[in-house]
Amino acid sequence: MSVATQDTAIRTGRVTRTLIYLILILFALFYMLPLYVMAVNSVKPLDEITGGGMMNLPKVFTLEPWAKAWSYAQIGVDPTGLQPYFWNSIKMVVPAVAISTVLGALNGYVLTKWRFRGDTILFGLMLFACFIPFQIVLIPMARMLGLMGMAGSTGGLVLVHVVYGIGFTTLYFRNYYAVFPTELIRAAQIDGAGFFQIFWRILLPSSGPIAVVSIIWQFTNIWNDFLFGASFAGADSQPMTVALNNLVQSSTGVKEYNVHFAGAILAALPTLLVYVVAGRYFVRGLMAGSVKG
Amino acid sequence: MAQAANADFKTRLQSLLPKLVLSPSLALVLVFVYGFIFFSVYLSFTDSRLLPSYGWVGWENYSKLWRLSHWKTSLTNMGIFAALYISVCTVLGLGLAIFLDQKVRAEGMIRTIYLYPMALSFIVTGTAWKWFLDPGIGLENVLQTWGWATFEFDWIKNRDFAIYTVVLAAVWQTSGFVMAMFLAGLRGIENEILKAAQMDGASNWNLYRRIIIPQLRPAFLSAFVILSHLAIKTFDLVIALTGGGPGRATELPATFMYSYTFSRNQMGIGAASATIMLMTIAAIMIPYLYAELREKK
Amino acid sequence: MGFLDIDNTTKSYGAVEVLHNVDISVDEGEFLVLVGPSGCGKSTLLNMIAGLEDISSGEIRIKDQIMNGVHPSKRNIAMVFQSYALYPNMTVGQNITFGLEMHGTPKPQREKAMKDVASLLQIDQLLDRKPGALSGGQRQRVAMGRALVRNPDVFLFDEPLSNLDAKLRVDMRTEIKKLHQKLGTTIVYVTHDQIEAMTLSTRIAVMYGGYVQQLGTPQEIYDSPANIFVATFMGSPAMNVVPAKVVLKNAKPVALVALHDGSTVSLPFSQDNMTAWDGRDIMLGIRPETITDEDAADRNSSNIARMTNRIVVTEPAGSDTFVTMTFGGKDVIARMRSDADVRAGADFPFAVNMEKAVAFDPETEMRIIP
Repeated sequence: MSVATQDTAIRTGRVTRTLIYLILILFALFYMLPLYVMAVNSVKPLDEITGGGMMNLPKVFTLEPWAKAWSYAQIGVDPTGLQPYFWNSIKMVVPAVAISTVLGALNGYVLTKWRFRGDTILFGLMLFACFIPFQIVLIPMARMLGLMGMAGSTGGLVLVHVVYGIGFTTLYFRNYYAVFPTELIRAAQIDGAGFFQIFWRILLPSSGPIAVVSIIWQFTNIWNDFLFGASFAGADSQPMTVALNNLVQSSTGVKEYNVHFAGAILAALPTLLVYVVAGRYFVRGLMAGSVKG
Repeated sequence: MAQAANADFKTRLQSLLPKLVLSPSLALVLVFVYGFIFFSVYLSFTDSRLLPSYGWVGWENYSKLWRLSHWKTSLTNMGIFAALYISVCTVLGLGLAIFLDQKVRAEGMIRTIYLYPMALSFIVTGTAWKWFLDPGIGLENVLQTWGWATFEFDWIKNRDFAIYTVVLAAVWQTSGFVMAMFLAGLRGIENEILKAAQMDGASNWNLYRRIIIPQLRPAFLSAFVILSHLAIKTFDLVIALTGGGPGRATELPATFMYSYTFSRNQMGIGAASATIMLMTIAAIMIPYLYAELREKK
Repeated sequence: MGFLDIDNTTKSYGAVEVLHNVDISVDEGEFLVLVGPSGCGKSTLLNMIAGLEDISSGEIRIKDQIMNGVHPSKRNIAMVFQSYALYPNMTVGQNITFGLEMHGTPKPQREKAMKDVASLLQIDQLLDRKPGALSGGQRQRVAMGRALVRNPDVFLFDEPLSNLDAKLRVDMRTEIKKLHQKLGTTIVYVTHDQIEAMTLSTRIAVMYGGYVQQLGTPQEIYDSPANIFVATFMGSPAMNVVPAKVVLKNAKPVALVALHDGSTVSLPFSQDNMTAWDGRDIMLGIRPETITDEDAADRNSSNIARMTNRIVVTEPAGSDTFVTMTFGGKDVIARMRSDADVRAGADFPFAVNMEKAVAFDPETEMRIIP
């Protein structure tokens, strides 16, 4: 998040400051703990974990659990590893993110620069759609996807994620364009630019930051979705989260915790990577939906 | 004098374009959100079981629902979960934000660490905590191996305590986000007000209690709304962490709806439970969104 | 028919009429300023001329062509905005030629037009920069360049100087005036600053509450304001308007006005028609610069009245000293030479140039026409 000056700081003594650092570090450890557990246990043999060494660094370092999780762990019926599901997720996420972001940008443009009576209500309807408990649409959506011949397909999932993502992408672009000077639009109109020319030549070149926010938000949300994947995906379109859950919950054979952890990291890696690289934009996206100003 | 120059075709098309561009999204939302909501609510008044069916049964599904101990359990669990989740996240978020606001070193890094769980899937979170809390291999086992032979921590397997492990994992995932909301609120407070309060001789404690925290009201409201809607929608985390068990100890309305609709073929009851979830969220979200959108006008 | 005709034009939002029957005819080469406080409807009117807002009723014509419903880009107008509205992602050169590009002008012609305008406005060296890298004054020039390059029939200016600091504003004001004199284009210019209105315009339309209060040359507006609003809005410090009573003295009309101590002074009118107001109350309008010390009184005036009144506050402003006194029960400001010997609390002999005084009907607030 972009933070300007801070003066809410209080004047504190040495003891208080030490205490503050202590608490902050303690919680940093708390937040890091699961990541640490996943990381160290994904590179050790199973018996080190079951022998009570979950918190220890690996005595024997092995990438075997990663290899297994990625390419030949038993998931469902076949020992395919998570690999095919990873690509399923990619095939679903890329078009869904692209379409919902483009629609959000156009909607935001219309809702701020071509305002009409009732536009705020329409926007409110779109926004509320982001917050509904999706249980309320599961049954009809399953029917609808069946009717449209998209049941169990990646295309169906893309459609679902676009529909329930538009509200947020529209929100981002609307808030961003709302502070974009309307005089620029008027100047362009006088200069003779039409609806799409204004969007393409004037607004879009300045929309970089908010496009990144929207893409990252959508990417994270759709990649991490489980409910829609579990409800609407077919055997060959299941996304990563569903596959990971199947891997972990499978009750056959020995529980291979190290493989589970490696799989969990694999499922987390894309969004984690995005967070590390562009965390600023991710946080902006988080905040945009919740805090005023 | 010249003829009245009528608005030509191109100009008229231009004036229609905005609505034309908005309409696909609007149609999608109207059909897939509001149409579907209508359909689901309708189903909750029918005798649908495995498949939608259109025999009208009035309030029967609702009265059945309220007689189900399974539903009551999931509501009780939701009460415990939501109350703890919201309050712990708020207290923790506010506390960490205040501490982080004391011009500490490496603030950026600490913030990054506190917030990264938000980027993870609940399934990943659930998996990590599931095995960490597992008495057989996790914390209990580790501490016993380290020599604390009597240490017991089996909450995740314990009917009376399993719901608290869901709270723990959920707090772990979202409290950093709440912290960020409060931090933004703190940074938004005008410096001069704080200087004035310090001139007035307010102690640190009073400065926060009387001046700063009251000004965070919008952040409190946002946090409450976001957290309560997340609480009601909690589904993936329970599936990954406990699968609703042991027994029904961690069933929530979202998992109840899912199992009644898709595993137990009680679609009418499932739809009724989904309708109740929607109404609850609507009661919180609609006033909030209404206020937000009005202000921005 | 003028060059730009605003013919009985109104604007309503729903049931609310915000502009009432505006009638203005502008000749070619005129510099019309729309001036008034915020919310008076001046910007709405400008936007209607530009085509950015619909016309609810009436007509707007440019060169006898009806503009109602015509797209802004087809009106052959250009506009300079308050925020300059420069496209942030384009260079100065691209900003200037964007309109030509949209109208399909071939590139060589665009380049030439851009060069011409750039040298006219002395912004040649800025052409490759982005607006973000320019100072306020430079942006202002680029915005004018973008308007000029189109060679439009009418230039519209929407408070173009209000984002500049005080000094730059005066400089740019002069620039705009020079440009108008050089190019002889027709300009409609909106401002809330009455000094800009006075200095720039060939004619002023003073607006208030959605009505054109008065339309006239700067001199007419200043010397013969149509009503109390125009009188007090135009001029700084504002015209003093005090209650007075008309009586006949030697068959000549005079105004009786209360001094600070409750006694009255009689100020003879120059206009004989005030006889008709014998015995009635009026509002007397006196501009600060027409109340002076005796030595500074206008020698060309045939009607200098004298009075002694107590000074309440003196405000030296360098070139002048403003003096406040209680006159007619109100705070009245007089404008003295800077070296006048004035002190707060002292009684001072003032000279009032009654030739310049105006009288208003207290009921209608309209000026009583001589």
